[in-house]
Parts: sequence; C-alpha cells; structure tokens
Amino acid sequence: MLGTLVLFVLIGTGCVTSDVGPQDYMTVEGPVARRADSLWNVTFAIAVIVFVIVQGLLVYAIVKFRHRPGRQAAQFHGNTKVEVVLTLIPALILAGLAIPTVKAIADLSEKPEGALNVTVTAKQFWWQYEYTDHGVMTANEMHVPTGQPVFLTLEGADVIHSFWIPKLTGTQDVIPGRTNHMHFQADEPGEYYGQCKEYCGLSHANMRLRVIAHPPAEFERWVAEQQEEAEDPTDPLAQEGQEIFMQTCTNCHAIAGTDAKATTAPDLTHFASRSTFAGAMFDNNTENLRTWIRDPLAVKPGSLMPDYGLSEDQIDAVVAYLQTLR
Amino acid sequence: MATAALPQRRRLFSRPSAKTGVVSWLATADHKRIGILYGITAFIFFILGGLEALALRAQLARPNGEVLDADLYNQLFTMHGLTMIFFVIMPMGAAFVNFLLPLMIGARDVAFPRLNALSYWIFLFAGLFMYSSFFLGGAPDGGWFGYAPLSTSLPSHGMDFYAIGLQIAGIASLVASVNFIVTIINMRAPGMTLMRMPVFVWMTLVVQFLVLFAMPVIAVALFELTFDRLFDTNFFNAANGGDPVLWQHLFWVFGHPEVYILILPAMGIVSEIIPVYSRKPLFGYAAIVFAGAAIGFMGWGVWAHHMFAVGLGPVAVSAFALSTMFIAVPTGVKIFNWMGTLWQGDLRFPTAMLFALGFVSMFVIGGLSGVTHAIVPHDTQQTDTYWIVAHFHYVLFGGAMFAILGGLYYWWPKFFGHMLREGLGKLNFWLWFIGFNLTFGPHHLLGLNGMPRRIYTYPEGMGWDLWNLVSTVGAFTIALSVVVFLVNVAVSRARREEAVGDPWDARTLEWSIPSPPPEHNFDEIPIVTSRDDWWHRKYLSTPERQPTPVVAGAAEGGDTGHGHIHLPSPSLMPLIAAFGLPVIGYALIYKAFPVAILGALIALLGFFGWVFEPATAEDEH
Repeated sequence: MLGTLVLFVLIGTGCVTSDVGPQDYMTVEGPVARRADSLWNVTFAIAVIVFVIVQGLLVYAIVKFRHRPGRQAAQFHGNTKVEVVLTLIPALILAGLAIPTVKAIADLSEKPEGALNVTVTAKQFWWQYEYTDHGVMTANEMHVPTGQPVFLTLEGADVIHSFWIPKLTGTQDVIPGRTNHMHFQADEPGEYYGQCKEYCGLSHANMRLRVIAHPPAEFERWVAEQQEEAEDPTDPLAQEGQEIFMQTCTNCHAIAGTDAKATTAPDLTHFASRSTFAGAMFDNNTENLRTWIRDPLAVKPGSLMPDYGLSEDQIDAVVAYLQTLR
Repeated sequence: MATAALPQRRRLFSRPSAKTGVVSWLATADHKRIGILYGITAFIFFILGGLEALALRAQLARPNGEVLDADLYNQLFTMHGLTMIFFVIMPMGAAFVNFLLPLMIGARDVAFPRLNALSYWIFLFAGLFMYSSFFLGGAPDGGWFGYAPLSTSLPSHGMDFYAIGLQIAGIASLVASVNFIVTIINMRAPGMTLMRMPVFVWMTLVVQFLVLFAMPVIAVALFELTFDRLFDTNFFNAANGGDPVLWQHLFWVFGHPEVYILILPAMGIVSEIIPVYSRKPLFGYAAIVFAGAAIGFMGWGVWAHHMFAVGLGPVAVSAFALSTMFIAVPTGVKIFNWMGTLWQGDLRFPTAMLFALGFVSMFVIGGLSGVTHAIVPHDTQQTDTYWIVAHFHYVLFGGAMFAILGGLYYWWPKFFGHMLREGLGKLNFWLWFIGFNLTFGPHHLLGLNGMPRRIYTYPEGMGWDLWNLVSTVGAFTIALSVVVFLVNVAVSRARREEAVGDPWDARTLEWSIPSPPPEHNFDEIPIVTSRDDWWHRKYLSTPERQPTPVVAGAAEGGDTGHGHIHLPSPSLMPLIAAFGLPVIGYALIYKAFPVAILGALIALLGFFGWVFEPATAEDEH
C-alpha cells in the first residue's frame, strides 16, 4: 500500500507541474463555473482528508498487525459503539455537503436577468448559434459580451449532444424533442474552449467549440458586422468561386444577400471572420480550407459535407470566395 | 441375461453418460464444472476486452493518433465496455457463485442443475453472437449504454447485435438468479441459518435479487430498441412523438443496480479472504450484511445521477444528489468493517490477501471520487470526462477485478486441487497494482484537465499528452501482469503442488472437504452449529485458540453406504435449447423470419427433451 501513497504523491506533483490546458475546469472564470468550483474545493479537501486517514490506518494495520512469531489474533466479532460512530461520521459529513449542494442547484436553476439570448442547435458535428435578439446566425464560435449573463436555449436536431465550456460552465445536454436551458457569464475577455461531451457518432471528437468574450463595445461592433449581408466579390477568382458555390454548395449552406438560403449546414455569411471551421476543428486558413473541400470525410469522419470532386482550380476559386466573406 | 435384455425405451437422443471427455463437459450439470466453464470463458473474454483496451490506449498515446480510425475506435470502446461488464465481471461472479455457493452452504448442487447449465450455454452463445458482429459488418458502436437516438440511427448492424446480444445475455443472468435464490433459500445444510451464512453467500443473495428485478427493465428497453431499429417503431424517435430520454431512464434503472451487481460479489469475496488471513472473525458481520442489503435497496434510487446534465429540473436533481450521497454511507461501513477485521489480527500476506487489501485501498479512491459526482453543479463538469472514466475503473477494476484475482488465488486449490505459485503470484500482484494505478490514476488528471471520454483523437496543446502516454504505458503493464498470471497457471499445473483440503486454515465449509471436492461434494451433509462452522470445528473459541480434535461423528462420516447420494445427471438438452436463441437473433437481424421459426423450434426441442427426460438417468437407480 506504500505504493499507493508514493503514487499519489507523484500524481499530486503532476497536478501542480503539468500544463493546465485551455479546456480544464480547475482554473475557472465567471460566476457560474466558480460557484461549482467552490463546492468542489470543499468536497475535494474533505476527500483528501478521508483518503489520508483511511489509507493511513490501512498501512498502519498492515505494518502493526503483521504476523510475527508468537503473535495471536484477538478474537472479537465487532464493537457496536465504534460501528455506530463510524456510520454517523460519514453520514454527517455528507449531510454537511448536501446543504450547500442543494442550495447551489436551486440558485443556478434561476434564469438570470438582463441576459443575452442565444439559441444553440447541435448537429452532427457542429454547433449553430442564433442570436434571437439581434438576428445574427453563426457557427461553432460564440461571441459574447463580458459582464453580461448569456442565456442559452438548447435545441436538439439529430442525436444527443452536450454543450460545454469548462472554464465558464458545466455541461447541459442537447436532446432532440426537448428544449433545455443553461447560462453562463464571462468576466474577462478571451477565448474559451469547449467541445461536445455526449458521444454522438463518428466525429464526436471533432465537435469542438469556442466562446469568445469581448468587452461590451467590441461585442456591439461584432454584432453590427454580423448583421450585414455578404458583398459580392470583385476579384475574378473569387467571382468564379461564387459561381461554383452557387451551383454546388447551396443545398446546405446559406449566405445572406445571395440565393443560398439552406440551413442544414453552417451559415457562411461571415465565414472569413471566424478563426476556425468544421466544428472548430481546423484553423481557418487557405491550406486547411483546400484540404477540407478536397475530401471532407478524409479529415472529418462522418461529416455530412460530401466530396464534390472539384478540380484543384475550382477549389482555389471557392476558397478565394469564402475568404471574401468577412 | 433375460433381465439384462429388457428392451430399453427408444429415445430421440441417447443420454450422455461419460465422466470425462468433451461430451461430459457439454452435458454436465455439475455446478463445479459449470463454474469452471464460466470462469474459463469469462477469462477468455477478459483477454479480448483487454486487447481492445490496449488498442484504444495505443491510439490515445499521442495526440492525432493514427493507430485506429474513428469507426474502429468507436466499435472497440463500445465492445470493451460491453465485454468487461457483461462477459467478464458478471460471469466471473457467476463462476465463483456456481462453484462455491453449494459448498459454502453444505449442499450437493444448486436447486436446478440443468437450468444452471442452460444459463452457462446461453451466456456463451450471447458472447459468441456479440463477437461475431466483428465479422458481419461491424461491432456495436453506440457506447455500452447505447443512448437513443444515436443507437437507433447508426447504420451498421452493430447496434442490432447489441440489442439482441444483450437480450440473450440477460436471459442467462435471469435464469441463473432464480436458480441461485432458490438454492440459497431452500438448500442450506441443517443449522445454516441466514445469519450463519458466509458473507459471500449473503452478497450473492442480494445480487441475485438485483438481477431478478433489473434484467426485466433492460429487457423492455432492449425490446423497444430492437423494434425501433428493425421495424421502424418510434419509442425513442422524438420527431414522431417518442422520447430519447425514456431510453436513459430505462437503461439506468437497470444500469445502476447493475453496478452493484458487479461490485457486491467482489465485496463478498474480500469478506471471505480478509478474515482467513487475519485469523479473526469478520468484524461486524451483521453490519456488513445489512450494509450489503441496504446498498441493494438504495441502488434503485440513484439512477438519475447518470443523467444530471439531461435537464430533469432542480427538484429531481436535488433528490438524486441526496440519494447518491447517502449510498456512500453503507459502502463506508463495509470499508470500516474490513479495517476492523485487520485490527489486532495476525496478518499474513499471500497473494490472495494482497489482492484483497489492494481492493480495499483502491475502492476507497473510487468511492471518494464517486461522492464528488453527487455535487451536481460540479458533476456537470466531471460528467463524460476522464474523471468519470477514472472513477468507474477504480471501482470496477480496482474493485471487482482485484477481488476476482484475489478470489482466484484464494480458491484455486479448491477449484483444481493444486496451489498457484506464490512467487509468480506476488509478481502478478505488484505489476497489476502498479499498472492499474499508472493507467487510471492519470485519468483523474486528464478529466480535470477537460478531456472528454469517447474521443478517438485529440489535438496537441490541450495539456493531455503526458498523462495519456503514462496511461498507455500503464495499460501495457497490466497486460504484462496478465501474462504473468497465465504463466503462473501453466507452471503451477505442470509442477503440481498438491493442495490439501484446507491449505489456508480457513473458516467456511468449502474447506472441510478435499481439494478438489468429490463429485458429490459432501460425504455427509454437515450439521452447522455456528457462523464460520469449519473454524469452530477446528478451534475452541477461546482466545488461546487451542486446536481441538475434529468432532466425533464426522470422523466416522466415511460411512456413505447407507443412503443413495442423488446427483444431477448429465444432459445435452440445455445446450440444445440455448442454441436456439442466437439462431433467432441472426434471423431477426437479417430479417430471415423462417430461420427465426427454426431457432424457436430448436429451443422448443431442447425444452421438450428436457421435460421428458427424467431428472436422474436410469442407470443411476
């Protein structure tokens, strides 16, 4: 059992020394995640104390009562007092944890006041965000203002997904036929990572997302930009790309201000303003876009975007067009 | 000559009567042989499930791994879970129960020996049926809890195999549960009152009631899934008025008791091992028994803690948070009682004891991480991350698998009549212990660092690289430990160190008879006068533990000629009846309905043959 202790010391040091990733939920931001984190801190401290006591007693018993010549085992069957006390202590500890837990559950289920409303629709394998107050539609990257609660309405489309931004809030499932809600608030500007947490098929691993928090004025600017329709391209290559797009991609994609109005796939009106694409899986750059359009299924298994067999020139044109959609 | 020539009644099948050879195993109704069949089969599935785990860990060792593609990864993680739960830990429990239950309660067999054989064959066919999916277009790939509507929409036949394969496996468990419950209630030796039963028997009783009530729930859910998939019904289809959450409720109403179905036999095994090597009676026997029963009852009231992110509303969530916290109390009681058993004992540490103590130590870790799930606002962070993966491996591997290995080392001499080697055993244990912690300890950190479960790949820069690599190294360490175990089995068989009837100076009735036990178990059914009856026949219950001679009467007990010992006769009918089920399964999946009728006829043939063949073969009269 000594091994256990050594191991956990190692893991403990690992906790301190290993990189804290962009998606961890130990260093949190914003009031919702912090409320959960404060409960965790108490629970974890108690768990560590119980762990040390129980494993310590176990090691003590193993060393102290190990067989030695002449040793006789005491033949007792139990001790009612000890047993009652040892039943009551954990019951009391748990009761102590139960009270703040239930209070937090109740508090967090309240709808926050003055919130920004966003409807999230989860699809295999990307996220659609509709800013119902502003008439803005975007995908995978959710822009929010700092210091204001964001109230999400979660709508299921195909299978169950789960929306999660660990540094801001825990997860809530997105279920076909049900409407769920959750809320969070970012206090500091920045980029927050998240991803789908409920196994949803081939590219569950590739269904990622970002929340990008701006100071309120910057957020207003972003909204204003997003409300604009797309402008027609002036560059000839991009114009050729637009033509190809309108023949090939409009069954699924929409671009405001054009004939492309389908909603099964992400709205691309301001595609070039996003830093990632395809479920926040790839950085939004020329090389990645080419690879993606050339054969989507090769890089994202199970994606519903087919390979249209475009030539390299056609791909270049479409990429050029997409990059005008700022 | 004239009497010997009396015409035999003609039968469709001649009844097998061989005592050795393949047919004797196919037709056996002896609980000890069925137990061994269960154990070997489950161990083979353990190796398969382990190989699946190694492939998964190889894929995750580095970011952007290219060992497996997404499709194969999803099949393998689904099959790993299904295998370890339904085809390893559950049947390993059945192996111990089969072999030991009659011996521990002083019986000559289980209540329904042929039904027992039926359970085994159905279980075997369910496993083969499920694994055949790998060769028939793809294994189940919807996760072991098969959430609808993903499970109803996945295109390969994998989830059909899931729905029907688990249905068949469930029949095996259900049949066995009735058998074991009747055995425990009706077949105890004179004087073996309920509160004198070994704790392993008590835990078996609780588990079999859980199986009896939980299996019908999953059966309903699986029928609905089968109908949704094969016949386009809409139980879980929200677009046509169904409800995906219905699946989750049904699945977890089964699934949480299932967790206790997996862990309570392990607790029973540990409760047998620790007193023997402490040379003390179990501390707080009654408390351990009642805690086990309490877990059995409370286990029905915590299922929605698997669903805290579903959106059940604050009231339901609070209620399930509370029930989840308080089920930790009876679990804690058991831990304290095992510690109390060690206290002031005379402890020895053969391999079996190391595994039992490893169980206690690891289970504490799994229990503590389990309590954190009840903190709902934070559970929505932990859920579906590697924190959960760490938790359930600490209870199922650190718990159940440690206990199973301990049980194998402890009862091996009773099973096979020879000892396992201690040197290799200790190597086995330490590799197992270190490998286990190296594999699943880092999962805690990965979880807290935001790594979701069931992802076949992850990018660089998430802070997950190091601990994934460590975990993969750990997994291969466990594999090495399993190899050491197999070497130990082979070496111990080759250079047999014969086991005496009671090599550990143990406490319960199975040790009062030779190793391995004779076919009829007990020459005379023992008369039980106390808990740990065998110990008290050896030792006066004084602190000085003076050895006393074996009680008078038992020494003369070799006199078996005065009564006929009724033993179950071999029969092939359970095998035939069980074979009908996978035939029906394949026919449903491929919509070859005449074949389904053929399968049903095979099963019926088996059952009719069974009904019309006498329970005891004629030549035994």
